[in-house]
Amino acid sequence: MTVIIETKNVSKSYGGVVANKDISISVESGGITGLIGPNGSGKTTLFNSIVGYHPIDSGTIQFENQEISKKPVQEIARLGLLRTFQQTRIYGEMNCVENMLISLPHRKMTMREIFSRNNRADYEQADRLLEFVGLYEKRFLQSGSLSFGQQKLLEFAMALMNEPTCLLLDEPTAGINPTLINGLIDRLKRANSEFGITLFIIEHNMRVIMNMADQIYCLAHGELLASGPPSAIQSDQRVIDAYLGAH
Amino acid sequence: MKYLKIPFYLALMAFIVAAPFLFPAFKTQLATLWLMIIVALTWDMTGGQMGYNSLGNIFFYGTGMYVCAIVGIGIAFNVGEYTNASGGGIYTFTDAQYFGGVLLGCLAAGLFCSLMAVLVGFITFGLRGPYFAIGTLGVAIAAGELVSNWEWVGAGQGIAMPVYPYDLETGKVFFYFLFAGTGVVLFVFLSWLYRTRFGAAINAIRDDEEKAEAMGIHTLRYKLTAWALSAFFVGVAGAISAYQLIHFEPLETAYQTINLGIFMVVCVLLGGKGTLWGPVVGAIVFHVFKEVTWNYLLGWQWVALGALIVVTVVFFQDGIMGWLRVKKPEWFGIRVETSSNDATGAAR
Ligand SMILES: Nc1ncnc2c1ncn2[C@@H]1O[C@H](COP(=O)(O)OP(=O)(O)OP(=O)(O)O)[C@@H](O)[C@H]1O
Ligand SMILES: [Mg+2]
Repeated sequence: MTVIIETKNVSKSYGGVVANKDISISVESGGITGLIGPNGSGKTTLFNSIVGYHPIDSGTIQFENQEISKKPVQEIARLGLLRTFQQTRIYGEMNCVENMLISLPHRKMTMREIFSRNNRADYEQADRLLEFVGLYEKRFLQSGSLSFGQQKLLEFAMALMNEPTCLLLDEPTAGINPTLINGLIDRLKRANSEFGITLFIIEHNMRVIMNMADQIYCLAHGELLASGPPSAIQSDQRVIDAYLGAH
Repeated sequence: MKYLKIPFYLALMAFIVAAPFLFPAFKTQLATLWLMIIVALTWDMTGGQMGYNSLGNIFFYGTGMYVCAIVGIGIAFNVGEYTNASGGGIYTFTDAQYFGGVLLGCLAAGLFCSLMAVLVGFITFGLRGPYFAIGTLGVAIAAGELVSNWEWVGAGQGIAMPVYPYDLETGKVFFYFLFAGTGVVLFVFLSWLYRTRFGAAINAIRDDEEKAEAMGIHTLRYKLTAWALSAFFVGVAGAISAYQLIHFEPLETAYQTINLGIFMVVCVLLGGKGTLWGPVVGAIVFHVFKEVTWNYLLGWQWVALGALIVVTVVFFQDGIMGWLRVKKPEWFGIRVETSSNDATGAAR
């Protein structure tokens, strides 16, 4: 297995708050990697650093062996490294299909394709992925009127539409009805195995992440606390303490 | 609706062609109406479709006028000497020089304004919301000041353009068709552009630019392209105006930030931002309103206009077409099911 994302000693502070301190992690290509940690431990900050959302204070970040820590968000996205937002971001005025069509990968298009209409294949792909996340019946609803959980699913489908190589998901199961979580786990796994997308997932639901990930990193107070396969993390005393201590 | 479309557009085209002959007393008025339609449609390309409210599009109008003048005069004479002599009388243009000047002037104006949009956009597109509006306004004001101190193009005196070589009435028809032709081409162009993936991308920029960036859209490139296309048509409109008005001044006519510069925004707000027909409808309503009040409410016309703006902004923020779109979405080919049977629980 090759490493697709590698951070080395990444630090980031907001004023006096040290959100990330010397974080070194690596995400294996083709796998599912988890990122856990109590609230405020710096998970979203690390995602933001990786996708170029803000400049980091120190350290290096590589994607497919290319230094990306100085690149802007769009350029990193065009490399095929995409993220979804913890607070979901969709185009609320448009319906689900339009949201999907806008998410087509413009980076793979020629000028001529950009200046032409969406073709039948685009619509079919949009429908197929909406079906995949279970939003097919809602496809003509204004997306802003969807529930938070449905918006999360839509954002996930939009990300798939963009055909990323690697997808960072910030709490994909937040707001999802517990009875539907198993279905979502299954879809995430299929996105990984069928579409071949490397997943890096922030998740609070232990059952979910233990079930999916091959490798898990745990942050606490902005520092890397532990890493390893789910079985090791599950029984790691430091992780248990961090979670208990945080509650 | 669908099969009414072709007869509707054919009838409309026939009307556009016949209008100056049906209402011969209003030829210049109708030409000005087309100018309003053009500046409103182009303003909406960035303001309504892309979410960048420019107050400086008049910069392209004024620049278009000057580029056209320089090219139109320059193909025949030395521009500095011409303006120095105020153009009048001494210089006569042959038909070929006149019409060649119109054609080349319009093209050069459009292309130069596109280029300016890219250059200015590089700086101003870093600004958001009101800062973008004020930044672009600043560009227009500064350009007006610069040009009004530039002796070579007549400074504050402005420029006297060559006069239409045949009789005045056919001249009016000529300018009507230049504006109408440009307007129709622009409308057809936009009705195509807004349906392309590019059109969807600029809508995405309007709705959530940060999300569009995160999805890998070349936001700056798209914004520059949209503004450059918009500026092209404004520049052409300015060029036609230069020949139509015969004489124009830098501050009162070319870079008229408070008149046309604001009117174009009002037209769009009135008709409905972000719709294809809104700017057209808004320009018609606005122009008729303005002409009526200017003729019958003399002394109060600015008050009436101000009241119209306030009423629009306060009560009809979505404009006429925006209001219609909510009432009759099927007319717009929009398929949105509003109330869902289960809006709460997650999808199955
Ligand atoms: N934009 C910001 N400005 C200032 N402080 C911030 C900002 N974003 C995050 N922080 C701080 O950085 C720390 C880490 O925040 P972060 O959002 O990365 O945590 P998290 O692990 O994602 O938490 P959660 O599980 O609640 O989403 C917190 O103390 C937070 O208050
Ligand atoms: Mg977070």
